[in-house]
Amino acid sequence: MKPSPFEYHAPRSIDAAVAVLAEVGHDGKVLAGGQSLIPILNMRLASPAHLVDINRVSGLDTVEVTAEHVRIGALVRHAQLEHHDGAYAAQPLLRQALLNVAHPVIRNRGTTVGSIAHADPSGEMPSVLVLTAGVVEATSVRGTREIPAAEFFLGPLESCLAEDEVATAVRFGRFSPGTGTAFQEIARRHGDYALAGMAAVVTVRDGVITEAGASFVSLTATPDILDLSAALAGATPEDADYAAAAALVRDHVDPDADIHASAEYRRMLAGAIAERLLPVAARRGIRQRSEQEATA
Amino acid sequence: MTTKLFGAPITRREDPRLVSGNGKYLDDLGAGALAAAFVRSPYAHARIVDIDVSGALDVEGVVAIYTHEDLDGAVADRLPLLIPHPALTAPMVAYPLAPTHVKHVGEPVVMVVAADRYVAEDACGRIRVDYEQLPPVVGVEAARAATHLVHEEAPGNVAAHLVQEVGDARAAVAAAPHRLELDLFIDRSASMPMEGKGVLAQWNADDQMMRIYSSTQTATGVRASVAAKLGLPLAKVECIAPDIGGGFGAKIMHPWAEEVLVPWAARRLNRDVKWVEDRREHFISSTHERSQVQHVEVGFDDDGRVLGLDVTFWHDNGAYTPYGIIVPIITSTQLLGPYKPGAYRVEFFSLYTTTVIVTPYRGAGRPQGVYAMERTMDAIADYLGKDRADVRSANFILPEEMPYDHGLLFQDGRPYKYDSGDFPGSLAKLKALVGWDEWADYRAAAEAEGRRVGLGIGCYVEGTGVGPYEGGHVQVETSGRVNVATGLTTQGQGHQTAFAQIVADELGVPIDDVYVTTGDTRKMAYAVGTFASRAAVVSGNAVALAARAVRAKALRLAANALEVDEADLEIVDGIVRVVGSPESAIPLGTLSVLSNPLRYAFDEAAKAATQFAGAADFSKPPVADDEEPGLEGRDFFSPTQSTFANGMHAAIVETDPVTAEITILRYCVIHDCGNLINPMIVEGQVHGGVGQGVGGALYERMVYDDAGQLLNASFMDFLMPYASEVPHVETDHLMTPSPLNPLGVKGAGEAGCIPVTAVIASAIEDAEGFPIRSMPISPVELWELRRRHAAGELPSLRRHTAATS
Amino acid sequence: MTTHPATGEALHTVSVVVNGGLRTAQVPARRLLSDFLRHDLGLTGTHVGCEHGVCGACTVLVDGAPMRSCLMFAVSAEGHEITTVEGLAARSGAAEGDLGPVQQAFIDSHGLQCGFCTPGFLTTVTAYLESNPDPTPDEAREAISGNLCRCTGYQNIVTAVCRAAELIEERGI
Repeated sequence: MKPSPFEYHAPRSIDAAVAVLAEVGHDGKVLAGGQSLIPILNMRLASPAHLVDINRVSGLDTVEVTAEHVRIGALVRHAQLEHHDGAYAAQPLLRQALLNVAHPVIRNRGTTVGSIAHADPSGEMPSVLVLTAGVVEATSVRGTREIPAAEFFLGPLESCLAEDEVATAVRFGRFSPGTGTAFQEIARRHGDYALAGMAAVVTVRDGVITEAGASFVSLTATPDILDLSAALAGATPEDADYAAAAALVRDHVDPDADIHASAEYRRMLAGAIAERLLPVAARRGIRQRSEQEATA
Repeated sequence: MTTKLFGAPITRREDPRLVSGNGKYLDDLGAGALAAAFVRSPYAHARIVDIDVSGALDVEGVVAIYTHEDLDGAVADRLPLLIPHPALTAPMVAYPLAPTHVKHVGEPVVMVVAADRYVAEDACGRIRVDYEQLPPVVGVEAARAATHLVHEEAPGNVAAHLVQEVGDARAAVAAAPHRLELDLFIDRSASMPMEGKGVLAQWNADDQMMRIYSSTQTATGVRASVAAKLGLPLAKVECIAPDIGGGFGAKIMHPWAEEVLVPWAARRLNRDVKWVEDRREHFISSTHERSQVQHVEVGFDDDGRVLGLDVTFWHDNGAYTPYGIIVPIITSTQLLGPYKPGAYRVEFFSLYTTTVIVTPYRGAGRPQGVYAMERTMDAIADYLGKDRADVRSANFILPEEMPYDHGLLFQDGRPYKYDSGDFPGSLAKLKALVGWDEWADYRAAAEAEGRRVGLGIGCYVEGTGVGPYEGGHVQVETSGRVNVATGLTTQGQGHQTAFAQIVADELGVPIDDVYVTTGDTRKMAYAVGTFASRAAVVSGNAVALAARAVRAKALRLAANALEVDEADLEIVDGIVRVVGSPESAIPLGTLSVLSNPLRYAFDEAAKAATQFAGAADFSKPPVADDEEPGLEGRDFFSPTQSTFANGMHAAIVETDPVTAEITILRYCVIHDCGNLINPMIVEGQVHGGVGQGVGGALYERMVYDDAGQLLNASFMDFLMPYASEVPHVETDHLMTPSPLNPLGVKGAGEAGCIPVTAVIASAIEDAEGFPIRSMPISPVELWELRRRHAAGELPSLRRHTAATS
Repeated sequence: MTTHPATGEALHTVSVVVNGGLRTAQVPARRLLSDFLRHDLGLTGTHVGCEHGVCGACTVLVDGAPMRSCLMFAVSAEGHEITTVEGLAARSGAAEGDLGPVQQAFIDSHGLQCGFCTPGFLTTVTAYLESNPDPTPDEAREAISGNLCRCTGYQNIVTAVCRAAELIEERGI
């Protein structure tokens, strides 16, 4: 199980990187963490003629927290973001989800931007990007552009990144005060791709849920947001009808069957996760608000 | 003897090397050797129309490309049928490279030898093989239906059909007060050692000598089979099993096609050639086990005593039968476990399918047999509304009935006769360990919290230490170093420690002076291999006997040198001394010097043995007529039959009422393998076996589609458990010594995994209240069963019917 | 750029600090770090069990963090510091010829059988204990849950992790 030969490029700048990609086009592949790409190369399921290793490009390994977002460069490893306290404070969903990304050793090398660019419907971070109304920053010789998360994912393993483009950073949005988040997935083994997973967000004002939403892992062809406000808004976290929200989730998801589980079972799991997760997010919403008020 | 090492939980002597990165596994050897890779069939069943290697010839670094047409001599013939059996009426074995047909995905078709593995794989990718696809036969039911045949030579896809019967089981079932029928299924898993197979061949053209390193469980077997295939005298072939990264049965199968082809190519090219199996190759071209469909008919009395047991099963043997029908034979006999049915009939069909071959995997047919028997015991208990442990007790063979002859023939062709065991004693310990009698309270407390829990039990007997024999060689060097050799191989069982413990005790030397070599035909040419939990029994006793021979010789020499009676001597810390007067003593190293009269002094120690060194009795030759030079001894242990270990396991599981996820809360093991050489190692074997058993019960399965493609041929999708999936194992031991060997030991290697599938099925059934008849079971499958049960398609257990009515 | 004499592949010069010493070799771009360590540098203690990143046998420390060497190319490791199982004793400050605390703990606890997966566990556990010096058995179990072992059932590895923490404490490392 050895990769096919390829021409190796190790640019030191993003300009140099995109110049190579512009030249080799379809034959090129960007290598960042490689934790999804290299298994595919080793199994010869892909044999790109050119590999553009961006690990030596400077300036891509920073986590930046602003009032609006958490911005991470293309070389920020999952582990780096997971352990970043500022990022966690600004957007707790990041750490909550990252703890479910494979195993810690994989997170030491794999990059969050890379896993988003990979656009795997069983990836955790695409769902988080979508739910936080995030943005992908992409660069090519043609210039740079910002792609809203909702437009980024086109299908399983398919994003709107052009062949000559590199995702240089992503920005995860932040939620308003009083918003609680939670993430859970169910897998066959600890660390496996999820059979079903969900990121939940619930906003609570004056003790009442005002907004709720979720995005999914391994349950939809591309990550999208399901607005659950209709089922939950207006109720207190204690009295909310989570079963009704779970029913919406079951209706919304459209999982595939594979050797590990049927579509029907995954749909059931989606509902079960929703029913367990939404109250957790709601309670965190209350706590988050009271902490906010305490520090104010 | 100063300190008794036999029975002591000492740390392993191999470990400092292995934790430092100084192990030498197959791929750690032969730097610079050429690398082999194979083009393997992408189809389950096909005729080879054409092979075009031209595209690969100009790949730089390619040294040779071989197809079947290039093979010569016996290498061009089929691989050997290792274990013929009269009931195996249609044996089929593959060619090293398929000549005309392929019978499973992964069967080797073309061999490439290149400068390195990367380039070899490049070349494989450029070789074009045209196939005409033929109908696949996947799974037991398709094989039974025989709409399509795997081999024209095997009508009905039947490789073997065997019936064994004691008493008139069918009449006994018919006449019994109560009768039950069970239809059961168990799916495929595999040994899946962390190190795949591998072979390195070094041809010495000057000496016309072949050295083979193979990651094998039988160095002597590989040596003999390669010598036969290559037409070499046995004396010109040596085989060494280096450190081996796990075997679990996969590596007792031999010779693998690659084990023949790599030496063949090495001789032909006069270059070192190495093949290291990668993980995908291991999935699709090594070996699997376990898949059986079983039908049980049982008749029993009001106490649950089995009066008649009539079992038929259909065993999926995959595409070929190189290892004979050992697995179904073991299932058919070991199914009986600790029980004595009034009459027993077992019939099996071993069937061809167009899938990877089936040869022993740890447990080797026993997990399937125990599953059938224990599912039956639970069904009887439920039918009668009796305690499941009580029904088992009612059927136990009692200690006073030992030895107990079942009247069947075992896998070695010898009587299936238990030598010893205390089954009531084991059950009592198990019940105490798991809290059997407090179970109702435990369940009630859990149910009060809205939790669903179940308790499962499983009992087994394991024939271990099967013959024909192993040998031991023990030699004391003049330095006092003790070299021990036995021929079977080591895959992590700690032989360098356990055998050293035996020898150190027998010989009276410090264990640090003892060095054990296994699996090297240069050191011990007579050996069988490591399988059937036999190493401690057969090699353990062989090295003990060899050490006793050395001890006897040392005492003879010392008595002569010290001019005392042998009976007055003891050996302590490597020094022979007179009991009661320790100043009158002589080290074993010195006796080694004296045992080997020398003409030439090559060091200080040797001077003492030279011809002018001291007074001699000129009436006698330097080496006495009935002695040989050297302080060494060799002996063999050849048991009359297997010795039977046993164990009983219990588990408490929790099933999620919504998601049907299954969690093992507690796992308890009572294990009886006779005297323990090293309890720490035995404990480790049990833990590991349970871990593998849990994989087989809840996670692992070979998923073939209807076309015969293995859909989960990677560690991503074949769900071998991580630490997060394996429970903490609580153990207790009974020690019922074997009367069949000097050390009183029984085998322990396979034990842990044998009843796990049965135990987990029992526990889930207990939690859910409906029968579990197919294993392994995943959450989605349990969820489906719940839906079928709710829809009235599955009956409730009677206990549950009674409890809810 | 030079080419491989037998295969004609273009070669890249890769220099890495391995176990404290600078090592340089010329390798094709597609050379996996695992193969580079094993076959180009002769450090065969790092084992290869799956080559798709699941089993963890090939885990080495890259700049102190455990990573799968089968999921890195040697060329990407240029300029980084790598610790393999062969360097664990020295890294722990053990005297020449002695074992590091994690290695010793695996021996004490019978945390290995065939030993093939062991180097990956040792590197993983070494890094884990540096940031989690006093794990509970449950935490220890979770810490090793990204590595496959087919022999031990993991129980004694869990014990070994806790034992290693004790040894590190005792030795004041």
